[in-house]
Amino acid sequence: MQDRNLSLSNILFNRSIQGIFYQIVTLGLVILAIIYIVDNTARNMVARGLASGFHFLGVEAQFDIQMTLIEYSPTSTYFDSFIVGLLNTLLVAGLGIFVATIVGFAVGIARLSPNWLIAKLAEAYIEILRNIPLLLQIFFWYFAVLRALPKPKQSLEFADSFFLNNRGLFIPDPVFGEGGVLILYSFIAAILISIGIAVWSKQRQNKTGQTFPVFYSSIGLLISFVFLSMLATGFPVTFDYPELKGFNFKGGIKLIPELVALTFALSMYTASFIAEVVRAGIQAVSLGQTEAARSLGLNPNQILRLVIIPQALRVIVPPLTNQYLNLTKNSSLAAAIAYPDLVLVFAGTALMQTGQAIEIIGMVMGVYLFLSLMTSIIMNLFNRFMRVAER
Amino acid sequence: MIIRKLTILSAIISLFTVSAATAGTLDTVKGQGFFNCGVSQGVPGFSNPDSDGNWSGIDVDVCRAVSAAIFGTPDNVKYVPLTAKERFTALQSGEIDVLSRNTTWTLSRDAQIGLEFAGVNFYDGQGFMVRSDSGITSAMELDGASVCTNLGTTTELNMADFFRANGMSYEPVVFEKADEVVNAYDEGRCDTYTTDKSGLAAQRTKLADPDAHVVLPETISKEPLGPVVREGDGDWADIVRWSLNAMIEAEEFGLDKGSASSTCATTGNPVVARLCGKEGGNGAALNLGDSWSFDIISQVGNYGDIYEANVGASTPVGLARAGSPNASYKNGGVLYAPPAR
Ligand SMILES: N[C@@H](CCC(=O)N[C@@H](CS)C(=O)NCC(=O)O)C(=O)O
Repeated sequence: MQDRNLSLSNILFNRSIQGIFYQIVTLGLVILAIIYIVDNTARNMVARGLASGFHFLGVEAQFDIQMTLIEYSPTSTYFDSFIVGLLNTLLVAGLGIFVATIVGFAVGIARLSPNWLIAKLAEAYIEILRNIPLLLQIFFWYFAVLRALPKPKQSLEFADSFFLNNRGLFIPDPVFGEGGVLILYSFIAAILISIGIAVWSKQRQNKTGQTFPVFYSSIGLLISFVFLSMLATGFPVTFDYPELKGFNFKGGIKLIPELVALTFALSMYTASFIAEVVRAGIQAVSLGQTEAARSLGLNPNQILRLVIIPQALRVIVPPLTNQYLNLTKNSSLAAAIAYPDLVLVFAGTALMQTGQAIEIIGMVMGVYLFLSLMTSIIMNLFNRFMRVAER
Repeated sequence: MIIRKLTILSAIISLFTVSAATAGTLDTVKGQGFFNCGVSQGVPGFSNPDSDGNWSGIDVDVCRAVSAAIFGTPDNVKYVPLTAKERFTALQSGEIDVLSRNTTWTLSRDAQIGLEFAGVNFYDGQGFMVRSDSGITSAMELDGASVCTNLGTTTELNMADFFRANGMSYEPVVFEKADEVVNAYDEGRCDTYTTDKSGLAAQRTKLADPDAHVVLPETISKEPLGPVVREGDGDWADIVRWSLNAMIEAEEFGLDKGSASSTCATTGNPVVARLCGKEGGNGAALNLGDSWSFDIISQVGNYGDIYEANVGASTPVGLARAGSPNASYKNGGVLYAPPAR
């Protein structure tokens, strides 16, 4: 730009000023549109006699929920039912992500196995599970599980303390007596010390090149600390055993079949996608890397751990994040098989009883958005951490 | 680029403007030549499709009556199958014009959710079904039971009330779709299946072995089921309300589907003459033709006709009318229609 005179025509035809002007106009129109929509919706709601606002959250919900991780009864509020649903969603998503990651990595690595049978089996797994709609898989596992399991009176049992029937899996519930906290403290202490050892060994290795068996020493620490603290406090842990009473087992911890089937279906389905992500990641590391590592004298285990996986992870993590997000969102199919997640409890029962669709759907969308953003943030941090290892 | 963005924006805005304006439902319906009636996804006797997709049932007959009143034929209806959870949103959003799907009239639905109930076409109450071999004979023996039911229903609330009031515990297993409830109960996931007793009688026909189940004697709630319309269009609500009332009053005065034509030709009774559309100007009051109620009775039937044809003792659903609240008030029931005059 040669001419710096601030004449009117210069301002009018200045590209960047024009740009700013149009952006302000667009922004203004968008804001107007939002105001208009909100106002119009509010008017329509009044005209149709629909209740609005958030005070319903403090009203008694008056319905029961099958599985609650916090104290909940029909006299609890709609807000409590929101929290119950949210925690149930987090539980199934967390379990699903955990299992899907393990299975997905295993299948993805198996897919590259030099063993023909293993590779083909992994390929078949991926192709079949990826191509059947998830909802069908959820129904399949749910009704397959239900049909295969016996009635409560004919429960499968193990050691008189584990019971399995079509109402769920019942396991003893550990109850910590006096001194129980000490066990928890020593557990935490062992973890902290292990982290210290890992840092120290890394520094020592950088200085002297000597390595230290961090993994095995940490395991040893953990077991001995917990055991010693139990010994010191005189084993204050008792168990609440499940017992058959009337229709079903009472006491202990109960895993409902809906949770099991949903976790299974979600993780098996997502694992098939993760397997492909893992395979692509491993194949993205060129063969030369392996050869170079081998010529440096690293053993196959070290090659995988120190050379291939760190480089593959950089390729794997972004699409893996996508799969985690998908799994979390897919968990909203829970309503089909009666798993009381956020959508079933809050966007289902609570919405039907209050009729406050806009508020409730807004809150539920907010939750899924928040969960997705949190997952992305964590995975981005992880990705950045991985990149530091780059030299 | 920017021009295009602006065009899109204004298109979106105009969309909201259009949806803000509401024409009267009757005019819209007359204009398009049919109306949309929300029904269940299949409850035999109430609203159920056959293999050709033809709907029948006592709830469907309410839709057919409204169609007969407006168009002179019962067939100008488009049926929209809905789950319990979807039904109110479908009505509020305008996807359907009448909801006739075993829906209970309650205060919160009437006052809070923006619905208007047009009457009651079936008086019901909630019950429990169990397997006969379970040996259970009373709902009071259900402490600790797993209970299967539908999402978004009064059933969910009533069972919470019932178990709480009687100091019993239970495990609610709540499905979105009715078929999954039936399947899960059939597979043994639950000890009992609870819903409206009419629903139990109807859904029972879908079980693998219907005779291996019994309905317990207790009725734990009041479930007046009836057609619903959007709040805010009183004229439309009137048409639905009086279509139902005409069927009930026709039965009271002995005007039925088979003999409507001959009775109307000879009647000397002023009430009957009004129902026949020969006197009184009811049609004009509702913005309908004079023969609106005659068309309902001669083509769909009176209340007794539609009851016996769909859910009566001789049907697979088999709900005897005598002695039930659905009998006419003259026979000890509570079925009573205000006078159509
Ligand atoms: N009357 C109750 C319950 C109505 C209801 O949804 N019942 C179930 C069980 S019979 C049903 O109709 N399911 C059929 C379907 O979902 O298509 C209410 O209005 O909330």
